Amino acid sequence: MTSLRCDVVIIGSGAGGGTVALALAPLAAAGRRVLVLEQGARFDDHEFSGRELEMAPALYEEGGGFLTADGAMTLALGRAYGGSTVVYTGTSLTAPERVIREWDVPGVTAGDLVRRARRYAEQNAVHLLPEAELNDNNRLFRDGAARAGFRAEQFPLNLKGCRGSSLCNLGCPNLAKQGTHRVQLPAAEAAGVEVVTRATALRIEGRRVHVRVVAKQPGERGRPSEWAPGEYRIDAGIVVAAGGAVGTSALLLRSGLRRGLPRLGDGFTCHPAFILVGEHARAITNDVGHPKSYFVDRGAEDGYVLETCMYFPFTTAKNLTGFGAEHSAMMRAYRRLQMILVLACDRAVPGNRITVDRAGRPVVHYRFTADVIRAMVAATRASARIFFAAGARRVHAPTAAPHIIEAADAASIDARIRAEHFIPNTTTVSAAHLMGGCGMGRSVGDSVSDGHGRVHGMPWLRVADSSLFPDALQINPYLTIMALADRVAEGVLADFGALAEASL
Amino acid sequence: MTRGLLADREAVLRAIAVTVVPEAGALADAGWRELLDIVADAVAQRPARVQRQVRLFLKLVDLLPLLRYGRTFVRADARTRTAVLQRLERSPSARLRQGLWGVRTLVLMGYYARPEAQGELGYRAQAGGWSARAAAEAGARLVR
Repeated sequence: MTSLRCDVVIIGSGAGGGTVALALAPLAAAGRRVLVLEQGARFDDHEFSGRELEMAPALYEEGGGFLTADGAMTLALGRAYGGSTVVYTGTSLTAPERVIREWDVPGVTAGDLVRRARRYAEQNAVHLLPEAELNDNNRLFRDGAARAGFRAEQFPLNLKGCRGSSLCNLGCPNLAKQGTHRVQLPAAEAAGVEVVTRATALRIEGRRVHVRVVAKQPGERGRPSEWAPGEYRIDAGIVVAAGGAVGTSALLLRSGLRRGLPRLGDGFTCHPAFILVGEHARAITNDVGHPKSYFVDRGAEDGYVLETCMYFPFTTAKNLTGFGAEHSAMMRAYRRLQMILVLACDRAVPGNRITVDRAGRPVVHYRFTADVIRAMVAATRASARIFFAAGARRVHAPTAAPHIIEAADAASIDARIRAEHFIPNTTTVSAAHLMGGCGMGRSVGDSVSDGHGRVHGMPWLRVADSSLFPDALQINPYLTIMALADRVAEGVLADFGALAEASL
Repeated sequence: MTRGLLADREAVLRAIAVTVVPEAGALADAGWRELLDIVADAVAQRPARVQRQVRLFLKLVDLLPLLRYGRTFVRADARTRTAVLQRLERSPSARLRQGLWGVRTLVLMGYYARPEAQGELGYRAQAGGWSARAAAEAGARLVR
């Protein structure tokens, strides 16, 4: 066991942790010790091979196969220097005003979050792709949506030098995506912040964090940790938990903090998602070019968002419902496939929460509500209309029976796509936007933290990630996480003197 | 070592694989080895509890048709195998549906994560993106 002291320890290096790290870099530059602990590895640029079998185990918890307790939904938890910002598509949207208003967290306003988010959008080179860089998969969605009566909007993306590999979800092989691994963390390290990879925070006891650093295994990707493998005990003036909704909630739960924070782990939300494919008569550009350039936001009206997407062969195969000849035929049409990701706008409900098992591992309890299923059905119908309006000759819809709808049967979309065909544990559903567990609010009676991420009753403990969301954001969250983390860092800087002295 | 984890379940795994992906029936020995290694590696990376569940479910799938069809899944014909998996897919038991979903996912990974299968689908994503695609297509035109 190695013991050491620092002024601030940040647990997690994704959108939240990376933001706090850079915002606190002036402390490091002034001689204070600021540590960032990251469970995943630090990868060299050449290691992003773009191959599913190699990158999924390296970049995702359980290789991307982390399941909810009932096994009905896969959760994508990024795990690397840069956290989930290494594996997202760089979609950079600001928080919807209606959602932040409903959150009703004292001090947290949409105006404030959007102002902060815009600063990070600028820092991350967010822009719209020019028309020449859009592939057919995205153009067909945009044009089909217009013909079907939907308003498709272009995603602002945080890219610099994108070559259109389409491999965003396996880590950009061209260093183009401006996640925290490319922007905030290197800048923080240059200012003196220390980042330790392969370091897992086991539990927090007072201001002491127990950490395990693991060795790189033979054949494993990524660099060895900056520290020797072993157990560490870190005494810190301020602890910032930024391990994501699941990671942070689990850390605080296995630290025994639920005794004083009865809402800890509650309010887990996500955007349950599945993919639809439309088969065209001719080959289209789909596996080249940025995969996610457009979206249709029906969150306010119908509770869903549609996004363009294009997944790799195994991921695509897994997401198509069914098996056998029909499934194979759709896979063989891969070069002719257009793809849409359907996301339901979730709401926090009792029972959907995070707990830990006896070994301290996170367990996510989640049931699809009737509203979520209704939204996914409505989104599936809308997607089918967009595919056919774009010229697809058949559509594979997970909640249709049979799953394939021919263009000639387009008039029967509503009859074919129905809620009773959504079968948990058979319909493949996944979620990448994981939120809640340490929600913001007024007091321990309704929340875990306040609007600056201060955990109630523990001013030295801050939360700076999507676990703060009191309810689903209903849109891609990373810029909002950065905006909230910016507020948290602001609070840390304001309170630093008093808290650092109190820890001595 | 990882193959050892499912060595005694290989026959039923193969039978499920050709039912889920009919093209798998045409795989040569090397292709099968690759598929089975991918599946075994994926299972080996899961917690011990999940490994036990996978092994148990494979055994269950093999024995299930005995009651209704009088033969094991491995010995059943293609039509019967499909019927068995379809019944599992629609089973009122969430655990059985989950088991099938998991094994189906493993088989799809074993088949479609292989570079050869990806090439056969025409999947061509690579780091070079647009410029690499343009160069490849120009090369193909020259060959023609």
